[in-house]
Formats: sequence, structure tokens, C-alpha cells
Amino acid sequence: MIEVENIHKSFGDNHVLKGISTVFEKGKTNLIIGQSGSGKTVFIKCLLGLFEPDEGQICYNGQYYSKLSTKERRNLRQEMGMVFQGSALFDSMTVEGNVMFPLDMFTNQSQSEKQDRVDFVLKRVNLIDAHKRYPAEISGGMQKRVAIARAIVMNPKYLFCDEPNSGLDPKTAILIDNLIQEITQEYDITTVINTHDMNSVMEIGEKIIFLKNGFKEWEGTNKEIFKTDNKAVTDFVYSSELFKKVRQMYIEERN
Amino acid sequence: MKYLEAIGKYFIMIWEVFKKPTKWRIMKTLILKEIDELIFGAMGIIIFISFFIGGVVTIQTALNLNNPLLPKSLIGFATRQSVILEFAPTFTSIIMAGKVGSYITSSIGTMRVTEQIDALEVMGINSLNYLVFPKIVATMLYPFAVAISMFVGILGGWVAAVFGGFAPSGDFIQGLQMDFDSYHVTYAFIKSIVFAFVIATVPSYHGFYMTGGALEVGKASTTSFVWTSVVIIIVNYVLTQLLLG
Ligand SMILES: Nc1ncnc2c1ncn2[C@@H]1O[C@H](COP(=O)(O)OP(=O)(O)OP(=O)(O)O)[C@@H](O)[C@H]1O
Ligand SMILES: [Mg+2]
Repeated sequence: MIEVENIHKSFGDNHVLKGISTVFEKGKTNLIIGQSGSGKTVFIKCLLGLFEPDEGQICYNGQYYSKLSTKERRNLRQEMGMVFQGSALFDSMTVEGNVMFPLDMFTNQSQSEKQDRVDFVLKRVNLIDAHKRYPAEISGGMQKRVAIARAIVMNPKYLFCDEPNSGLDPKTAILIDNLIQEITQEYDITTVINTHDMNSVMEIGEKIIFLKNGFKEWEGTNKEIFKTDNKAVTDFVYSSELFKKVRQMYIEERN
Repeated sequence: MKYLEAIGKYFIMIWEVFKKPTKWRIMKTLILKEIDELIFGAMGIIIFISFFIGGVVTIQTALNLNNPLLPKSLIGFATRQSVILEFAPTFTSIIMAGKVGSYITSSIGTMRVTEQIDALEVMGINSLNYLVFPKIVATMLYPFAVAISMFVGILGGWVAAVFGGFAPSGDFIQGLQMDFDSYHVTYAFIKSIVFAFVIATVPSYHGFYMTGGALEVGKASTTSFVWTSVVIIIVNYVLTQLLLG
């Protein structure tokens, strides 16, 4: 569980986050939505400890990040997995090398133990024949899956995904979403996902936070989001013609 | 003011590089890889340039020493002095700043813009140590490259002198051995160690702290080359004053 208390973050005059508070629960897929530039990436980077908030606290399973020593922070980092917006695979290493990297760095496992673990997670993300290929040689969807495999190889307690399905076709996007949700439930991970994909919201939005102008404008579940009267949320959710049509049909059907 | 800040940031970076080391087992392979890339990978160009620069220095000296009263051995002497004192350590370092420096800036810069550095940090790895330390260690072998450059430069001079008909081989070699002061070689090696450190760290700084996209990576490489060269030239002046002055 991650508790966020009144987070502020500015870059110079640009006040990006203006006091965000919320709770992300264990075993659930928590979604952060909002327009491009609304500060989703900045927020998730605060959660990861890559950015230090100017004000406010973040508490991971009862530990306040600001009160941890450098060493404790490092240990906490090792319990986190992150899937970056652009996958961020190490392009000098093969797929297998990328996934094995955290094991090489932080465990003393034997080569065969590591290999077994790598094979296991790569299979878990449905990649079976790409082990020896380089990131540049595989498709975007495959890269995302490798990034997920690398993020979960150390059995993280917290998983963060920055737009895990941007740039993917709808079918692959749903596969990735479902994969993340399954993994979250299977290993009881606290998962936080940034997205502006309404399909994801519908599919896996167990808890949704809507960011706007640096504030948390709305919070709820995927069931609630399609019924809310909050103007900002409906504007965002129904910005696509498809969703407008669906809503209209829904209303007509009801009458 | 801006420069002062950058200089401060540079020294903080150096400090960070030596903190929280990466596992030795992994560091070892990284160092070997960098030696291959930064030292062996640059040998070809270093040998090529040294040979021809040595030749040119000899020809220029010979043309300027056309007074028949001056012994031909002076040509060998002058070639040796310029190659050992300046051309091998300083000139090759500028070439290295271009070749190795821009490679370092663009490879680290690409890792920055594609969030690979963030990925390292998230895992709890000291990315500066992981990326920059092996480069610093690898470039400490740079004096060997400079030694080879000295040898090849003088060889180039000899070839130019003998085959260009500027001086007989015997006179040239006699000149090479005239008043030899081994401290000059020490001076050159001290210089090249310092230059090597500059070549490893200044481009790393430019790559590591860059922002933007692919276009900015290209710009950062250019800026990095300019600054690395400027720092080398200044350090060269200061060290020469300190060690020979
Ligand atoms: N490292 C940084 N330095 C300065 N400003 C930054 C930095 N990172 C983000 N910002 C600013 O913070 C704001 C929010 O950016 P952010 O990347 O969080 O948006 P986002 O919601 O993730 O958008 P997208 O959906 O396009 O990824 C932007 O105005 C951006 O310019
Ligand atoms: Mg973003």
C-alpha cells in the first residue's frame, strides 16, 4: 500500500503537482489518468523516488520515504519495478540480458537459477522465442513485454507503469493491460499505471485518479467514472467520438 | 555564473562516480569492454595520425634548418622533442576528444533521453558509477597509447627524413639520442593521464546531464568536444608551467 499525502512538485515557475493526496492499495491496479502534460509522469517519478517532492509525504507500507536512510531507500527501490513510457530497455543487451540484469546486480544466484527465473518471467509475459534478440530487433509490443518482465523479475512489491500500452494496437494493448492486472493479483503487488487510454480505464480501472491542472480532480472506480457528473471527467472520458456514441446509445436505450 | 555552476556540478559528479560501487564481478566486464572500445578502438587513428604528423614535423624542421653549418642530426633532435613533448600527448588527446569523447557523450546521452539512466536509478544502481567509472579506469591505459604514438611519430619522422632525402639515417638517429632527458617522457605521461581523465569525464558530464531528444544528443556531442578540447588546452598550459617551467 502506498499513501500519498499532499504532494507538491514544481520545476522553476511551472507548478506541476499542487497537493495530491491518495491511497494506492495492494493487489489492485490503480490508474492515473489525465491529459498529456497534466503531470502523470512527474507524479509516478515522485512515487519512484526519482523526483523529490517539494512538499508532502509518501508512505510505503508504513515507511515514510523522507525518513529513510540512503541505504533503506536503496532497499526500498529494489522492491519496485518500473515500466517506462518508452520501455527503456538497455539497448546494448539482449532481451535475456535485460531481464537478467537486476538478478546479476542484486542476487548471488547461480547462472542456472537466474536462467530459470528469466525463462519463467519471459514465458509469463508470453515471450518465448526472443531471448537472444536485441531490443532494436523486436516490435514495440514485445519491448513493452520485455520491460514488464524486467520489472517483475525481482518479485517487486510495487509496480509502476508509465503508459504501458501507448503506441500499441488495441488488441495488444488489452493483452498488456490484462497481463499487468493478472500479475498484480497473482503476486499481490501495489500497481500504479499512468494512462490516457479509455480502454484500459474500462478494463482494469479498479481505482482511478484523474489529474487536472496539478490537482486531483476526481477519484473512483471504472464503474463510477462512466456515471459521474464531474464536467472535467466527462469531457476527458467522452472526448473520443466513439465513446460519445456509446454514451448516447446507452442513454437512448435507457429511455 | 552559469559556468561556475557547471564546474561545481562537474565536481559533484566526480564525487558521485566513486560512491557506492557496482559489484566487482560486473564492473570487471564493463571495464574490459570500455578498454576495448576506448583504447583499442582508437589505436588505428592514433597510429595513422602520429605517423604522418611525425613525418610532417621532420620535413618542416628540415626545411627550416637549411643552413649548411647546422648538423643534420638537429632534425632528429627537433622531431624527438616535438613529438614527445607535444604531438604525442596533446595532439592525440584532441583527436581522442573527438573520437572517444563524442562516443561517450552520445552513448550516455542516448541512455538519458530513452530513460535507461532512470531505469538504472530505479533499480537502486548508482548510474554514475556504473557508466562513468569503467570509462575512467579504461582511459588510465591511455599513456600506453601515447607511448605508441611517440614511437610511431618518431618512426614517421625517420621515414620522412631518410626517404625524403632530408637527413641520412645515421645523423637522424644520432639526433634522436642527443641530450635525452627522461623527465620529458615522464612529463608527457603525467600530462596524458590528466588528459585521459578529462576525456573520460567531461564528455560523460555532457551526456549525463543533457535533456531533450535525439537532436539534443547530437548537439551535446558537439558541445562536449569543444569543452573537452578547451579544458585539455588549458590543463596543458598549466601543467607545462608547473612541470617544466
Ligand atoms: N524534468 C523536468 N524538468 C522540467 N519540467 C518538467 C520535467 N518533467 C516534466 N516537466 C513538466 O511537467 C509537466 C508535466 O509533464 P509530464 O511528463 O508529467 O506530463 P504527462 O502527464 O506524463 O504527459 P504525457 O501524457 O504526454 O506523457 C510538463 O509541463 C513538463 O514540461
Ligand atoms: Mg508521461
